Amino acid sequence: MSSTTSAAPRTFFGKDAIAFIVLAALILVVFPVALDIFRLNLVGKYLTYAFVAVGLVLCWGFGGILSLGQGIFFGLGGYCMAMFLKLEASSPENTAIQSTPGIPDFMDWNQVTELPWWWVPFNSFPLALIAILLVPTAFAYVIGAAMFKRRVGGVYFAIITQAVAAILTILIVGQQGYTGGINGMTDLRTLLGWDIRTDSAKLILYFVNAVLLLGVILIALFVKSSKFGRLLIAMRDKEDRVRFSGYDVANFKIFVFCLAAAFSAIGGAMFALQVGFMSPSFVGIVPSIEMVIFCAVGGRLSIFGAVYGALLVNYAKTTFSESFPELWLFAMGGLFIAVVMAFPNGLAGIWKSHVEPLLPRLMKRLRPPAIVSAPTKAPAE
Amino acid sequence: MTDAPANGPYTLNRRKLLAAMATIPALGMLGGSRAFAQDTSTAAVNTTGLAVTDTDVTVGILHSVTGTMAISETGSVQAEILAIEQINAAGGVLGRQIKYIQEDGASDWPTFAEKAKKLLVQDKVASVMGCWTSASRKAVLPVFEQYNGMLYYPTFYEGLEESPNVIYTGQEATQQILAGIDWVVDTKGAKSFYLLGSDYIWPRTSNKIARKHIEMKGLKVVGEEYYPLEHTQFNSVINKIKLTKPDVIYAIVVGGSNVAFYKQLKAAGIDLTKEAPLLLTISVTEDEILGIGGENMVGAYAAMKYFQSIENDNNKAFVDAFKARWGDGIVIGDVTQAAYLGPWLWKAAVEKAGSFDVDKVREASPGIELATAPEGYVKVHDNHHLWSKLRIGHARLDGQYDVVYETADLMEPDPFPEGYQ
Repeated sequence: MSSTTSAAPRTFFGKDAIAFIVLAALILVVFPVALDIFRLNLVGKYLTYAFVAVGLVLCWGFGGILSLGQGIFFGLGGYCMAMFLKLEASSPENTAIQSTPGIPDFMDWNQVTELPWWWVPFNSFPLALIAILLVPTAFAYVIGAAMFKRRVGGVYFAIITQAVAAILTILIVGQQGYTGGINGMTDLRTLLGWDIRTDSAKLILYFVNAVLLLGVILIALFVKSSKFGRLLIAMRDKEDRVRFSGYDVANFKIFVFCLAAAFSAIGGAMFALQVGFMSPSFVGIVPSIEMVIFCAVGGRLSIFGAVYGALLVNYAKTTFSESFPELWLFAMGGLFIAVVMAFPNGLAGIWKSHVEPLLPRLMKRLRPPAIVSAPTKAPAE
Repeated sequence: MTDAPANGPYTLNRRKLLAAMATIPALGMLGGSRAFAQDTSTAAVNTTGLAVTDTDVTVGILHSVTGTMAISETGSVQAEILAIEQINAAGGVLGRQIKYIQEDGASDWPTFAEKAKKLLVQDKVASVMGCWTSASRKAVLPVFEQYNGMLYYPTFYEGLEESPNVIYTGQEATQQILAGIDWVVDTKGAKSFYLLGSDYIWPRTSNKIARKHIEMKGLKVVGEEYYPLEHTQFNSVINKIKLTKPDVIYAIVVGGSNVAFYKQLKAAGIDLTKEAPLLLTISVTEDEILGIGGENMVGAYAAMKYFQSIENDNNKAFVDAFKARWGDGIVIGDVTQAAYLGPWLWKAAVEKAGSFDVDKVREASPGIELATAPEGYVKVHDNHHLWSKLRIGHARLDGQYDVVYETADLMEPDPFPEGYQ
């Protein structure tokens, strides 16, 4: 890359490249080396939320569309994966004690005697994979098209996403014969005959998850640096001007909303694989708002910040609740208030305003010859 | 960071353990024919690397102390801590004091699974007392089966389960339902029933069993309705009840919904003391009445195995000790008592097995008897549930129940009832 190119490519390959490498090193090397498999599996779980947070950065941070219903897509993706795994775990041999062997246990408990037609495609892994991406995205398209074409935005859109999240939860809980109800789908065991509960499987799934997340981050970085990314920011700041310039604002909004939904769905599917179950408690309003909090703590304008935000908040949640079982929720609340009051741009904001200005000075002080090596480094890139 | 101190002692343990294990063959040679069963050295009683030292043994307590279930589960935590303290005061288990690690399930099923795994994998606890809702039990079950842990589960529940890794200290559905319906039919002459419940597996399965039992007697179910958890508008079902005029309202409403249900029932002019219709519940313990208010509940009947007002010496000692430990104002419900049994049953099984190993404790568990249980004598069945009696309580104005009936014999637990599926 020559140094004469314009600003956009520089943001993609400059600072972001370093941030990407640091993050990749952290989740691909540091965590697996430093943590035992139990903790690593927990980090893997936290990282599934990072998919949602990255989607929210695009949708909310850049596009200005605050969705309080990302749990819908996380949940749909997770349920699609869980349905496949549940069917595999419910082979007639495994479920011989049921009155109808061969169907998931919760169906049997609810006097369902036949696999419903819409469960049948989930017998096939390729179809399940397609469903994981397609179902949430199509659902997001329907919500997006219904709202944005009518120019519903801002608070109203946020409220409607919340309402949809609530409706979906009630639907899942109410139809327990078909969805597992409030218990969710538990006891997921194997993926195509491969036992996903063993430590080695957990390790492999962690890496699959990490690589998928890095892929999603690359897509997000690409979107950010593209013309579409700049249009998104323009729409956020002055929607009317973009519209008067001849762009169809609604279509861009629908697209970014669908993209965020697809990211969330991948996260949900990886969640079901790594944790071994799926329940309506990931679909509703509370988890959806929590996901926005991950993004806010990390910094809603920073793709990397969102990942660190998801990691930090969930790590804090685990450690606080292990150390103070009865008081930890207060500590979490305190953390959120502190971050939002003191650093409205989250971790990424702290980094930008406090750490980054120090870096050049620090570099100079630590390694005087760096000034000499700097020019030689730039062309090499 | 916080894990480091928790980990420290256990790594030490393991080292000690290895050293101790190395001496086993030598001991064998020296001891000759001396019986191994009396050997309580750590190496002998703990061959699977649990958190057991020469002086203490660690167990886990896993309930929700935050979130919507906290109000129900706090009593269980208190009961388990009380039992552990009493066991310690009496010399512990196999000469070891019980330490406990408490984790918060936060009324969130995935959190339960995460914490269960932490307790088993990282803390290596010898057993876990915990869970309350069926959903939380279903979430942790695969974890307990995979890492071979032992869970003492205190809640009355729907049955249809018999895990080698769980001891169910509450009643399964048939124990709670059949005798209760027999009683209301025999002594109150009930002919028609209205079934009502919160919408999840326990109320649905329970009502299924109740309906079968009622219909097998040739009696009638005039309605069956379910409402989501946290539901607070019961006017429509109350109107239906008024229209269909059943002899019995069979209510399995759970949690906070109870407050709305019983208040609205009273406001709609259904006076439970008149017993027309009579209300029989299997979900309202003394704990729930605290929230509902005795004045809204008075006159209702409940079918459970334990009420705070049971008169026997065991229960008197238990209630006194509970109040001394946790305060005078406290009430004790069915599940709290069942939770109290957990540590005692585990202690008895460990001592019978002469080992903390989960496999040996499991093997020793069937047949364990507890004559000191507040509910009276209980015994562990081969299917890991308890033999227990059923009692009918009649709600008083002060939020307590008067025990008006108890089954003559212990009832056999039957988690997979034939003919009721």
